[in-house]
Amino acid sequence: MFFNLPFIVAALLVILGIITMLIKRNLIKMIMGLSLVEAGVNLLLVSLGYRAGGIAPIFTNAPAGVMVMPTVQAMTLTNIVIGIATTALLLSFVMVIYRMYGTANANKVRKLRG
Amino acid sequence: MLDTYTLQTGTGFWDPVVWIVVFLVAFLIALAIWLLGEKDYRRGTQQVKPFLSGNVEPEKADVHMRAGNLYWGFTEAMKGYYSRLVPLHTGVLNDYVLWFLGVMALVFVIVGVAA
Amino acid sequence: MMQEIILQNLPALLLAVPMLGAFATPLIGRAGGGARNLWTVAVMLATLAIAIVLTAQVLSSGTVVYTFGAGAADLTVPADSGGIPVRIIFTVDAMGAFMTLSASIVGLGVMLYSLSSASRSTGQNGYYALLLLLVVGILGMVCTGDMFNFFVFLEINSLAGAALVAYRVDKGVAVEGGLKYAVLSTLGGLLVLFAIALLYGQYDALNIAVLASRIQFTPLDQIALVMLLVALAMKAGAVPMHFWTPDAYSMAPSAITALLVVASQASLYGVFRVVFTLYGLTLNYVTIGWIIIILGVLSMFVGVTMAIPQKDVKRLMAYHAVSQTGYMLLGVGVGLAVLGNPQLLDSYGVIAMEGGIFHIINHAMYKGLLFLTAGAIFYRTGTRNLNQLGGLGHSMKWTMVFFIIGALAIAGIPPFNGFASKLMIYESVFLFNPLLAIIAMVVSILTLASFVKVFHSIFMGPRLPEYAEVREAPTPMLIGMGLLSLLVVLFGIFPQEVVDILITPAASALIDQGGYIASVLGGA
Repeated sequence: MFFNLPFIVAALLVILGIITMLIKRNLIKMIMGLSLVEAGVNLLLVSLGYRAGGIAPIFTNAPAGVMVMPTVQAMTLTNIVIGIATTALLLSFVMVIYRMYGTANANKVRKLRG
Repeated sequence: MLDTYTLQTGTGFWDPVVWIVVFLVAFLIALAIWLLGEKDYRRGTQQVKPFLSGNVEPEKADVHMRAGNLYWGFTEAMKGYYSRLVPLHTGVLNDYVLWFLGVMALVFVIVGVAA
Repeated sequence: MMQEIILQNLPALLLAVPMLGAFATPLIGRAGGGARNLWTVAVMLATLAIAIVLTAQVLSSGTVVYTFGAGAADLTVPADSGGIPVRIIFTVDAMGAFMTLSASIVGLGVMLYSLSSASRSTGQNGYYALLLLLVVGILGMVCTGDMFNFFVFLEINSLAGAALVAYRVDKGVAVEGGLKYAVLSTLGGLLVLFAIALLYGQYDALNIAVLASRIQFTPLDQIALVMLLVALAMKAGAVPMHFWTPDAYSMAPSAITALLVVASQASLYGVFRVVFTLYGLTLNYVTIGWIIIILGVLSMFVGVTMAIPQKDVKRLMAYHAVSQTGYMLLGVGVGLAVLGNPQLLDSYGVIAMEGGIFHIINHAMYKGLLFLTAGAIFYRTGTRNLNQLGGLGHSMKWTMVFFIIGALAIAGIPPFNGFASKLMIYESVFLFNPLLAIIAMVVSILTLASFVKVFHSIFMGPRLPEYAEVREAPTPMLIGMGLLSLLVVLFGIFPQEVVDILITPAASALIDQGGYIASVLGGA
């Protein structure tokens, strides 16, 4: 049970984020939900990479022991960087929309429909 | 030689080159028939007026059929379909996300049941 | 010597050239607009040249494997790694090469067209940089042999695409389209990454070939499959997840819309790669095949019926893009549904897949062409509203010719390319299930009907007084459209050549999962 805790938390984060995206009508809050999903995915990635007793793969003055292959850690870092770029882009979109439409409510930001 | 240009579709075939040749021949025949037609058409005479009895010709912009009038009958006949389909395209971002995740949930169920 | 280095590093150069081009564009833009235009066109030409050489290499000598950072490009599995390819590997098989070629041809057409269409706007440096980045994203997605790498390029694709959709703010409406596109793409991308994490957690590998050789179709694999399938189908614009498509396509600059079509097709390629290469016969191919078929039929029908009452010409064409994507899903879905039955696969499955794949390149050409003509009309008249347009056939004759070619091709009228691929789909799908083929034909008729409306309301009728000043579109635009329409006609007249050279290898590469694995891991 305890061993699976990080995975359960990751799934919960993703589900919370998705629910936020579904029920919140404020565009900023929807993007917050998106960030939650991203955090959940990152947590899943990092917890996949955990190996009990493994040491970081830094060869300088390395203690004896089994080194962990840092693939998922590298993936997580990449995803964090991508996430920052995405969030910045999305937030700037919302900013422009707010200036032009005077609202950030998803129910009112619907000039494109039909 | 012609075989290399023929598209084999398993059960059938399609040869664009032959088709174009036939089309050109048909076009030439049509052109020949057209050339045999009346030759007394003159530009710039009363002949080209749209109304024989000299009615005033309406403005060009008024006689142009605009897009909104086309296929009115089609959309009217399909009203029951369109009145349900078009409102689904609400333009609300939450709905878009809901459709996406809803389809994903449905496919989860289908794949889960099938497996 | 130089030539040898280039030939050995083609897959890397295919991405490095446009990427370098993208990031150098703002710098070169400081030297002036002319220098920048020359630079971007040169970069795109170089990319197309590399794509052509790479495709020729793949078609003549089989799948090209490129290992980044290894001593030799084909050293996929390092000696001391315990049989796991740890490096990022590009695996360009015939299907990938085919997508590469299609994307770079459209890219060149779009680039030439942009020289005019963007010439009156501000912020052109950023525009061209993002355009080249979008090309990088597309090419990366179709070349990579690594799941995480695929995700990264998917995100590059989404971000560059969304930024370009919103680039001309247009009172905020374009930004609205961009936001919808970006939110859905990002959510889809994150779910793709979630699925990749599930696969990595089970099989300790990211390389598609390694995953394919180990995959078991456990419950976790099923979850991963559904996530990958639905998220990528959403990015490809399949009904009922197509809602972002008309919003984004109609508000993007026309040149960009033509490229967004290709960007969606890269996601479609992702769907095919996942089901055929990654899972192959381990998945429940009848169920998944039918899911793809149903998505395809829904896309065809809903797309075309939504297109008919549209008033905005680009929104109308965007719905047609959804509808045409349905044909590809239908063709390849039929191929998947009979994947496990060699007899049926031989009798019509392969032809259906070839039709679907042939339709990808045809669609990229004619739909790109149609969006470019719509852009030329918008450039000259300043409106996209069909109710206000009319009589342009008097002044924009070449644009009209190109529009007719594109419209006849999309409606599947001989002798244009759309007919050839649709014929392959009709005949093979008829053997699978006659009802599906009949729906496909009805959709084609409705497509023709819808384009008759567009043609009539834009080009026919008397010369209208409000468009008395309208002239023919500028020459670079005509060259961009001419390039695509030439290909539409050529592909239509010589379909068997295209099928033999490009399509059949691509379809067999998709089916041949063992060959894909062997090209990376060696052996058989």
